[in-house]
Amino acid sequence: MSFVSYLINGISLGSVYAIIALGYTMVYGIAKMLNFAHGDVIMIGAYVVLLAVTGAGMPPVVAVLIAVVFCTILGVAIERIAYRPLRNASSSLAVLITAIGVSYLLQNVALLIFGANTKSFTSVVSVPAIKLADGQLTISGETIVTIISCIVIMVGLTLFIRKTKAGQAMRAVSEDKGAAQLMGINVNATIALTFAIGSALAAVAGALLCSAYPTLTPYTGAMPGIKAFVAAVFGGIGSIPGAMIGGILLGVIEIFGKAYISSQIADAIVFGVLIVVLIVKPTGIFGKNIQEKV
Amino acid sequence: MKKMNKITRNNLITYLMVIGIYIVAQVLVMTGSISSLLKGLLVPLCAYVILAVSLNLTVGILGELSLGHAGFMCVGAFTSAFFSKCMVEVIPTAGVRYFLALLIGAVCAGICGILIGIPVLRLKGDYLAIVTLAFGEIIKNVVNILFIGKDSAGFHFSTKDSLSLGLEEGGKIIINGPQGITGTPKDSTFTVGVILILITLFIVQNLIYSRSGRAIMAIRDNRIAAESIGINITKYKLMAFSISAALAGVAGVIYAHNLATLTAQPKNFGYNMSIMILVFVVLGGIGNIRGSILAAIVLTLLPELLRGLNDYRMLIYAVVLIIMMLFNWSPKAVEWREKYTAKLRSSRKKNTKEAA
Repeated sequence: MSFVSYLINGISLGSVYAIIALGYTMVYGIAKMLNFAHGDVIMIGAYVVLLAVTGAGMPPVVAVLIAVVFCTILGVAIERIAYRPLRNASSSLAVLITAIGVSYLLQNVALLIFGANTKSFTSVVSVPAIKLADGQLTISGETIVTIISCIVIMVGLTLFIRKTKAGQAMRAVSEDKGAAQLMGINVNATIALTFAIGSALAAVAGALLCSAYPTLTPYTGAMPGIKAFVAAVFGGIGSIPGAMIGGILLGVIEIFGKAYISSQIADAIVFGVLIVVLIVKPTGIFGKNIQEKV
Repeated sequence: MKKMNKITRNNLITYLMVIGIYIVAQVLVMTGSISSLLKGLLVPLCAYVILAVSLNLTVGILGELSLGHAGFMCVGAFTSAFFSKCMVEVIPTAGVRYFLALLIGAVCAGICGILIGIPVLRLKGDYLAIVTLAFGEIIKNVVNILFIGKDSAGFHFSTKDSLSLGLEEGGKIIINGPQGITGTPKDSTFTVGVILILITLFIVQNLIYSRSGRAIMAIRDNRIAAESIGINITKYKLMAFSISAALAGVAGVIYAHNLATLTAQPKNFGYNMSIMILVFVVLGGIGNIRGSILAAIVLTLLPELLRGLNDYRMLIYAVVLIIMMLFNWSPKAVEWREKYTAKLRSSRKKNTKEAA
């Protein structure tokens, strides 16, 4: 039974990674940049939820909605202030370093406002746990909600990108920015929309992550953010189903590593996966091989 | 005196600058006009300068971003501290022992650089940043679960705890997991550190202006064009990256041989340290070796001199990164600067004409 419960825990953690990885993969696919600050937006989202629930006494659902709105605004603001001025910069290093700067800024602002102390987080999920196999196997409410919201988000996002005008614009921009602009697509607005969606997902992920692991510090988001990027690379960066599968696989690998090998080395195993994937199949599971234009 | 060419003169200025700073610092120490706190910072400062120069080789000359520089430093620190602690009775001469420790630290870090570089340098840009970051975390994790002890039967390894090493009576623990290595001989001095800085500068500056250095810079400027004229991209990238890693290992050796207890914590060998080095490089000017040295010195000493600044130090680092990048690389800022300097130049010309 312990194997099955590890598997379920892994899928649950993996679903959170998948939601974060979706944000990463969309931004990477469209703006062609690595948004290092994505993980820290998760942390900010979680703090907003915490403040809204314990500080203002709001019901959890409202708190999550507030966090989503806040993170969306934050994400768009980051894009506008820090990333957009560098979009046509001659050095790709510049954007990368700015993104690291933004990540560091968010962490340290949170550190100054909320302090370095670990805050305990009360779960925003009120779904009761399910007991299976005569009570030997318990699936917590957090796990159920996480997995379901992950599926809903993936289906919703796929439909949005396939069926709507804005989604079509996104695909066009990711294909070729210049050509998209010639066709009358507002590239700036499309990229801002991508950041908005990514950051909104980050807020949801923050609430789910802290419900499952109820502690919160200014560094909470950094590690899951990096692991979600590993998941996005694993699944093939730029691909939505890739981010989902990559995220879930990574979550399962991490939980199994913790359970069967050593809890301290689990992170190293996750990063080992990244290096192996890059050696064996750099484009990931669902990635396409892009020929470079000269 | 024969007329020197521009490159030699430029290099010479850098060496003289380091020597000048060294003399000033030594005079201040001799006259006792600096606090013991600052005196304690001198040796780590040498390590930071070497780290900044070596990271500038990766970021400025090779044009790739490495976020695991602290990881290479960690490799150098732990391998050399391990060596020194084992050899403290076998080789009693501090100088010989320290020299060998330096070699071991540099070689081990360099090998790690090659191992990480091979899979990643074939890929483009952003991956290197994330993989080096991952590598740094792996190293930190591995060191924290490593237990090594030694008794008459030889070395014992474990990944659980010090008891499971199964040491005989009188055996001693060398690496004690999260507690790290204690009792490394304190072989690092400020003078040795400065000599190592000069050697680092010699290696890096000669590399930059050599044939290989020009190939590396050609790859940075245009990968495809460089490839098309027959430059072996992987070879040169790997060369720059592993030299940079080996030098970071040297910095680790200096750092380790200055501490009573060496532990792998996020503070000294984690992401934060890598970012700090990156800030030195960015503030000093990407690709500007002399700038890296000055930035490392200023940013290490400033928070110590202005105590109140210490709480905001990290915040300032973050803002420095963002503003420097926006100012230097944003197409609009570049355009504005060019216009401004053009205006300045033309007005100056006018003035000289009027004066004439």
